[in-house]
Amino acid sequence: MSVLDKQGAGRRNPLPEKTSGTSADSGAAGAAERAPQRSRSGGRGLPLVLNAVSVALGIAIWWALASAGFKLPTPPEVVARARTLIDNGTLGKDVAASLTRVLIGFALGTAVAVPVGFLMGWYRVLRGLIEPWIQFFRTIPPLAIIPLAVVVMGIDETPKVFVIFLAAFLACVISTFQGVVSVDRTLISAARVLGAKDLTIFARVVVPASTPFILVGMRVGLGSAWATLVAAELVAAQQGLGYRMQNAELYYDLPTIFVGLISIGILGLLMDRILLLAERKLTGWQERR
Amino acid sequence: MTSTAAKISVQGVTKTFALGRDTFTALDDLSLDIADNEFVTVVGPSGCGKSTLMNILAGLEEPTAGRALVDGVPVSGPGPERGVIFQQYALFPWLTVRQNVEFGLRTARVPKAERRERAEHFIGLVGLEQFADALPKTLSGGMRQRCAIARAYAVNPSILLMDEPFGALDALTRVKLQEQLLDTWSKDKRTVLFITHDVDEAVFLANRVIVMAARPGRVYDVIEVGWDDARDEDFRLSTEFAALRNRVWHSVYHQDGRTAAPLPSTTT
Repeated sequence: MSVLDKQGAGRRNPLPEKTSGTSADSGAAGAAERAPQRSRSGGRGLPLVLNAVSVALGIAIWWALASAGFKLPTPPEVVARARTLIDNGTLGKDVAASLTRVLIGFALGTAVAVPVGFLMGWYRVLRGLIEPWIQFFRTIPPLAIIPLAVVVMGIDETPKVFVIFLAAFLACVISTFQGVVSVDRTLISAARVLGAKDLTIFARVVVPASTPFILVGMRVGLGSAWATLVAAELVAAQQGLGYRMQNAELYYDLPTIFVGLISIGILGLLMDRILLLAERKLTGWQERR
Repeated sequence: MTSTAAKISVQGVTKTFALGRDTFTALDDLSLDIADNEFVTVVGPSGCGKSTLMNILAGLEEPTAGRALVDGVPVSGPGPERGVIFQQYALFPWLTVRQNVEFGLRTARVPKAERRERAEHFIGLVGLEQFADALPKTLSGGMRQRCAIARAYAVNPSILLMDEPFGALDALTRVKLQEQLLDTWSKDKRTVLFITHDVDEAVFLANRVIVMAARPGRVYDVIEVGWDDARDEDFRLSTEFAALRNRVWHSVYHQDGRTAAPLPSTTT
């Protein structure tokens, strides 16, 4: 069962859509003439039920396959193993090790990506100077950097955090840059005719207008940071979820591999939800179809 | 209209754009004067350079040749004395109505209390009191444009440049907003340059209608509507209005010369 779906991050439309508003206007005193507002909470219960049904069904199929003789541990076996790993503290340590790496790498990546993306979007010269490098590194999977990083940076935390940083940075910088260049020119004109100078336009128009893009970039960045982390740990680590699974592989320890997989999926999902929540809070002004 | 110093004076303005290897002449040696507190509408086929003219006056574009003067001073960049209203409203979607209206006041560093008060006043003037704290996404098109009008008015410009502001609205809303705009304008007079592609709208609002022609963009005809008539439904349905409308219609849709041939009898 695959709970590793973290790449759904980019699926929601980040564009602050322009209205070609033609909604009727009853004019006059402005009495109760609000345009019909999309209710996004409408029917929220049903998808939840469907989600639950789907998860239950997935587990049932997994169980059935395991009982039918496929080389799979059954759900109770996995739960039992999870309990053992939690009780002896292994899982907690692994999760902590992995989370620390991903959060440091992701935080650094985003912190660098946002200003760089803004600079690229705002200054043509900088865009010309920076873009080739970003495009170049984008084509290299961060994992392919690991051998280099290990040789150059040693085998401690640095190379792992570095490749995670790189993965998060590349995802986020592109979308921040995209956000800046796709700011509606009319909004910038509107700010200018209202007396705003460059700095004000940047702070009060460009930044808020690109926030949706930045947040989508962060979500994609988080997804790829997480994916990179696990792979990095598979290659070189003494702790962490990836390492634990790698180690279990040596002993044909399928339940532990499952515990690792499910933990990775759940943690990734949780982090994505947190960002999604932030996105809703920060970009609630957007019109959605 | 040119006896006193003009509020807006466009003198021999030419604007060309590079279009691949060719150049496209958006405006060709265009001159016109607009008096203080005059309401001028500009109507013409698409591609006649109406919006370019407005952008030049707003200071968002520079003329290739000639110059545009406001109060006798050449335009160089946007200025607070010229408010602009865009067809697509251009409200900042992350700001509420009130914050949008206060935007220009904040950039002008108007103290908070005064900002509040002025925003309140202009929100009231366009009848959006109940929606002061609403985000643009919850407003209808007409309300958004009223908010944009309040926002432009709030910085107290002596000139309002309006680029097809009601173009995206349905006919009923448009008529309502035309009347409201005139109402606002008559309470608080400004010099208005109003661009439209709607002949009725051009005649109804204006003291003077300027008809433009395309390729190259130029003034084709100027029709005086006058300052005296009350702009109400009676005027809209009057024979006088119909005559003016026919005249403008003819000028817009049957452009054959470089400029309009003088009509045999200019009875209106």
